[in-house]
Amino acid sequence: MAAGAAARDLAREVRITGRRRRLAAFALTLPLLAFLLVFFVLPILGMLRLAVSNTEMAEALPASTRAFRAWTGGGPPPPELVDRFARELVEARAARRLARFAKRLNYERTGYRTLILKTARRLARMEPPFDLATLAAIDRRWAEPAVWAAIRRAAQPWTDLYVLAVLDLARDAEGRIVPVPPERAVYLDILARTFRIALVVTLACLALGYPLAYALAHLPERHANLLMIGVLLPFWTSLLVRTAAWIVILQREGPLNELLRWLGLIDAPLELVFRRPAVYVAMTHVLLPFMVLPVYSVMRTIHPSYVRAALSLGATPWTAFRRVYLPLSLPGVTAGALLVFILALGYYITPALVGGASDQMISYFVAFYTLQTINWGMAAALGSLLLIATLALYLLFARLVGVERLRFG
Amino acid sequence: MGLLGRVLLWGWALAVLAFLVLPLFVIVPLSFNAGGFLTFPMPGWSLRWYVELWHAEIWWRAFANSLYVGVLATLIATLLGTLAAIGLAFGDFPGRAALTGLLLSPMVVPLVIVAAGVYFFYLRLGLVNSLEGLALAHAALGAPFPLVTVSATLAGFDRNLIRAAQSLGAPPWTVLRRVLLPLVAPGVVSGALFAFVTSFDELVVALFLTGPGQRTLPRQMFDGIRENLSPTILAVATILVVLAVLLLGAAELLRRRGQRLRGLEP
Repeated sequence: MAAGAAARDLAREVRITGRRRRLAAFALTLPLLAFLLVFFVLPILGMLRLAVSNTEMAEALPASTRAFRAWTGGGPPPPELVDRFARELVEARAARRLARFAKRLNYERTGYRTLILKTARRLARMEPPFDLATLAAIDRRWAEPAVWAAIRRAAQPWTDLYVLAVLDLARDAEGRIVPVPPERAVYLDILARTFRIALVVTLACLALGYPLAYALAHLPERHANLLMIGVLLPFWTSLLVRTAAWIVILQREGPLNELLRWLGLIDAPLELVFRRPAVYVAMTHVLLPFMVLPVYSVMRTIHPSYVRAALSLGATPWTAFRRVYLPLSLPGVTAGALLVFILALGYYITPALVGGASDQMISYFVAFYTLQTINWGMAAALGSLLLIATLALYLLFARLVGVERLRFG
Repeated sequence: MGLLGRVLLWGWALAVLAFLVLPLFVIVPLSFNAGGFLTFPMPGWSLRWYVELWHAEIWWRAFANSLYVGVLATLIATLLGTLAAIGLAFGDFPGRAALTGLLLSPMVVPLVIVAAGVYFFYLRLGLVNSLEGLALAHAALGAPFPLVTVSATLAGFDRNLIRAAQSLGAPPWTVLRRVLLPLVAPGVVSGALFAFVTSFDELVVALFLTGPGQRTLPRQMFDGIRENLSPTILAVATILVVLAVLLLGAAELLRRRGQRLRGLEP
């Protein structure tokens, strides 16, 4: 009995020690986890929130905002609501709080910004109370239900305006989701372009990288390591250096045009830079190592005896490659292709420097809306779309390949 | 594979290697151009662009800023990444795979999303236009690298080494100092190199978070390339290529040392 009790005690002690060890190990990951939460996860979540944030009217016209949220009827708003809204417009103008609300309303329909500013200016010189007729006398648009519907949407705590906009959709006066007019429908085009560029670059990396990895994997390791320097060197070189190099190479009087002219292939220099092919070439150059490295490391683990067995059983070299080697190398291809595609989706600097206006990808527009036009809702909505696509592919990567294979160099 | 196949394969492979490496070396001679144009043939050789660079205070300032941000970010990233790697290697706690995925995600999330998110976040904290703020964001981007490299040196780690040290009476601190740290040291240093390069080369976040007073080297190069791609920029680029060669050499040495320490290679 005593021996049994001692064994139970020992088992308990082992369990406790194990638990304590696991806890200590987890505690070691906490500093990085906390750091990333503050400087990485929270900022990104904050950005996601901006995509549906709708605070401009609440900040400029708090009382009207509450009233508009409570208003449920259709048609023109009740007189007391119109009066409160008009009075508050005048107050907000005096307090210089109107600009952001006017800009926000302009996203609902172009021209509403000036409508708000003009109306507030004119109302400031009149005596309250104000009614719908006063407003309509200032501008006929106040007699239409569309502007009131837009204000009601601006008064809500959240908005789907930006998320709809990046899908080339908008709400009409009755609140239905409709496609925007063709001349304003640009974002689906940008999305498609971004995915197309990422796809082309991924395929180009695969076509260039797979044979190179194959050749390197069939060399003695010492020699392969030497040639691998060629793959790793660009990897360690600044992105800007590589991009600058491509501008130099592809420019009108650059070495490539000189070479083509010397070969007699062209008479006049080609315009190569600031065109789509330049984007493809430069991005492929930058991302190729991310393809070669995982494919190579998987190929290194494929034992030659498999292919030899296939050959000895009468398979042609092509069949042996197709039926034996290729399937065995697929995990590396999956890892490389997903990684290149994920990284390519988020590209900004390279297309910005070597591409033209019609070669810019989503990231460019996120930066544009954040820093140039200060339309943070659009920036956040586009960013959210890009983030969702990236995370979906990252989950796929984790599922198919495993995050522990996410290593460079 | 037949002879023809072999010739085709190697022809392709060497062409791809040339595609990877040659562009880097096209810019090197042009940085020694006696003339001011970026075209071949060059009128002659000269060091004038390097001399100009040497006297350009704006480039020195940018270099100093990048170095400061890079070192600060590397210290934070390496410390946090190494600790987390040790924790992940020794604890088979539940949710470890998901945690690893989260801790590595800065490697794949598009830079512009991090940049925009941190920009909005810093606007509220008043951290925009500060080098320290940039360094903190860069540390988040760089931390996965030491995590990966230290994890690699711990993969297949023989826990009996720790037990042996303990059974010989070593206190935990001694075990850490004399057994664990020497084994992970190559991973720590190469992870630090990756983290440093990540920060030193990072442009997108820098574009969002810095103003004219905090220009980093990539930012200075970006503006230069956009305005007027001059031989001075190619001189900077050449120096950065040399730096890349040195870093690659260091990383390779560390990798081999790490493998030798773990007995993977003779």
